[in-house]
Amino acid sequence: MKWVSELYYNYSKYAKMLAVYLAIAGPGIIVMVADNDAGGITTYAATGAKYGFALIWFLILLGPIAYFVQEMTVRLGAVTKKGHAEAIFDAFGPFWGWFSLADLTITNWLTVITEFIGMTAALSIFGISPIYTVIGVTLLMTFMVLQGKYWTWEKITFVFVALNLIYIPAAILVHPSLHDVIYKGIIPTIPAGSLGLLFFFIMANIGTTIAPWMIFFQQSSVVDKNMSEKDIIWGKADTAVGSILTVVVAVFVILVAGTLLYGQNIQSAAQAAIAIMPINYWVGVMFAIGLFDAGLLGAVAITLSSSWAFGEVFGWAHSLNQNVREAPWFYVTYFLGILSAGAVVLIPNAPLVLITLFVQVIATTILPATMVFLIILLNREEIMGKYKNTKTQNIINTAIVLMLIIMSTLYAVSVIFPNLFGGLI
Amino acid sequence: MQINLFNWLSNKFDRFLERHFPKISEINRKYSKPKIQMDFWVRVSLLLLRLYLVFLILIMAYKFYLLVMG
Repeated sequence: MKWVSELYYNYSKYAKMLAVYLAIAGPGIIVMVADNDAGGITTYAATGAKYGFALIWFLILLGPIAYFVQEMTVRLGAVTKKGHAEAIFDAFGPFWGWFSLADLTITNWLTVITEFIGMTAALSIFGISPIYTVIGVTLLMTFMVLQGKYWTWEKITFVFVALNLIYIPAAILVHPSLHDVIYKGIIPTIPAGSLGLLFFFIMANIGTTIAPWMIFFQQSSVVDKNMSEKDIIWGKADTAVGSILTVVVAVFVILVAGTLLYGQNIQSAAQAAIAIMPINYWVGVMFAIGLFDAGLLGAVAITLSSSWAFGEVFGWAHSLNQNVREAPWFYVTYFLGILSAGAVVLIPNAPLVLITLFVQVIATTILPATMVFLIILLNREEIMGKYKNTKTQNIINTAIVLMLIIMSTLYAVSVIFPNLFGGLI
Repeated sequence: MQINLFNWLSNKFDRFLERHFPKISEINRKYSKPKIQMDFWVRVSLLLLRLYLVFLILIMAYKFYLLVMG
């Protein structure tokens, strides 16, 4: 009978742990899956079409990188109870504060335009006019936040997070060779061909791993969720699960593109979906739905990160737990952010390709600053107490930050000077 | 002379903000003293960050120049 009581004890213990985890889970999973936004799906599709499965191992390596950076925002948010924008103002003064806020606002707004480009392109495949997509998405995104409860917003967002996993059944339907996945994908190999081109694709994939808005979003989200120091361990688990999911989605997009589009020159995820449809209609449909969902998740998270940042700095009420009457400016900035970005996509002959390229350049002006501030803040005992970075964390995080800064800068330079790596864009 | 000019411009700008954008002035006052201790490594990091941003602005300006010159 003893084993029965032990079994029940263990069951209760793990059930309780799962319940706590499920209550805390959210910011890490949402930020990581939203990171696979419309631009991310395009990058993975282009990578799969160009190199087949050959860079899967590299994408797997990017998971821990994303985890180590984002995990710091959990600790900083839970300990200081301040979002990243407020933390920068507080610690570094108005110059760096205004620089970060202005740069974040511009970068985020341009990125949301690229999300709308992805969403309108995805639904155009089903014959839905861009104007209906913009109106529908604006209404949907407004509905998602207007519930006056953080918890409700999070659960609605989880539905779209789950939909992002549509690339898993899509990949199963195309029957990728397991042998090739293991021997050409998971076991590290350097694909043949131009080294400059390979370098460009590697930079593009790194560029999609960490974006400035992710740091602002997760820290503000942790604060809005009212997580405290005792929740840090669960916040870390949430971020770890999120980083696994982001890699899983990326790998399965590559499996689809690498199986069906290998050898083709893919410029956008919508183009990939259209190219897949004649080969396997339903996989093409799934690809387009996934692209729309990725754009939507990205747009929601990015716009929220801007609204939170403005609320923190200007001292406005800025919580999803407050309704429109209690936090009017928070919702006004959110709504204006979506509407203005959506409107740009509808302007005839708008330079959308130029905007997409410009986003990659402008993001490099804020990413290094954001990550350097993060490392400095996480090293201050007076701010972090016992949760400050350990020596090992500092070595890992500093190496990651330096690598991300170098690679994202080279990527931006390659966008500004397309001939630098052999005329690849 | 240069420092005086900078101070004069800075004061003018502060007064302009105070008159037309009082909220921004209030935020500037609230955060005027950085709370972080500016030790050697923080100063070096911030200096490198400034140099990095100047570098980015210069390459963007160079690109703009190339575009204008055709």
